[in-house]
Amino acid sequence: MKPEITQIWDWLDQVPDPEIPVISVVDLGIVRGVAWDGDTLEVAVTPTYSGCPATSVISMDIETAMIDRGIEKTRIKTQISPPWTTDWLSDKGRAKLEDYGIAPPRTAGGPAHCPRCKSENLDRISQFGSTPCKAQWRCLDCLEPFDYFKCI
Amino acid sequence: MTAYFEFLLRMGDNTLILGHRVSEWCGHAPVIEEDIALANTALDLIGQTQMWLGLAAEVEGKGRKADDLAMLRDAWDFRNVLMVEKPNGDFGQTLMRQFLFDAFHLEMLKGLTTSSEPRVAEIAAKAVKEVQYHVERSGDTVIGLGDGTAESHVRMQDALNLMWPYVGEMFASDDVDAEMLSTGIAPDLTQLRIAFDAHVGAVMADATLTIPDSTFAHKGGKSGFQHTEHLGHILTQMQWLQRAYPRASW
Repeated sequence: MKPEITQIWDWLDQVPDPEIPVISVVDLGIVRGVAWDGDTLEVAVTPTYSGCPATSVISMDIETAMIDRGIEKTRIKTQISPPWTTDWLSDKGRAKLEDYGIAPPRTAGGPAHCPRCKSENLDRISQFGSTPCKAQWRCLDCLEPFDYFKCI
Repeated sequence: MTAYFEFLLRMGDNTLILGHRVSEWCGHAPVIEEDIALANTALDLIGQTQMWLGLAAEVEGKGRKADDLAMLRDAWDFRNVLMVEKPNGDFGQTLMRQFLFDAFHLEMLKGLTTSSEPRVAEIAAKAVKEVQYHVERSGDTVIGLGDGTAESHVRMQDALNLMWPYVGEMFASDDVDAEMLSTGIAPDLTQLRIAFDAHVGAVMADATLTIPDSTFAHKGGKSGFQHTEHLGHILTQMQWLQRAYPRASW
């Protein structure tokens, strides 16, 4: 008895991103498709950044999660087109990022406010951060540095 | 070697060699933010290498993989431009090389997003997003250091004088480029040069730096005819593990 596709999406939504574990791989928008091919489950995954080392860990985590639910055969299909965009982050994921202290991406190119004190008095430290998907900003009121999820 | 395979090697070897060069800064940059930025840039370039050399290996059809092309070819089989082999020098020299390459890379990738080969267009669409970040940062840093202190200005002008003779090779069209253009796989290098000159000219003006009045160009990298002596030294370091322990894997 093969689980329904909607059930599998629910399960995938419980697989955390290895770098930012408060959001799931589904929140991140990198799971692009789920389908059965005979008795093999095919999950299409798109990388965030082409060199992101978390990509291979994510594929492994998805396979492990499916085995835990009784699905023996999972095939991860890497799909680079269309390229990943932060527009695919879920609303739930954006809210969780903010709670976690990472300002969610905005098309304006910078954070709306400090994730801690909500001040809009901000300054960019660097376009690059501790992972490829983040930039470093600081709040000029509470004086705390924070991560901003880059908008691409 | 088909022209298409050779073109893919040029793309992948540029990003591989520059990615390796930039990664040499990891743990050595003047401030931590710059260290992180350099490491991230190197990581993007190596990621792009996996896509370009992965496709090159498929196109070649001899059962090789991206790793085989990266780790088991010798210097004469590499097709990167000479500029990316240049040693890092000081921080300004590294950032000048980065900006000049980024400015070329951005225009090339933009052109490739409409390639007649869908696989090439897909890789370019992915990579161009990353390179937009690279060029924004390297351009800002060139301006900051060029229009900075007397010391940083002199160093940046020296860096520009040193790197400028390596610009011409990126745009010098040969038989491979001509075939890529006629088959619609890659854009016209003369058009890219126009966009490059406008972009670089504007940044150098803001940086108060003077572009050398010379069109002399060192060549031989992208054709594989004659690399600089630096490439062999890079390979001894980069390929050491695969040479000493063939087929070793994680």
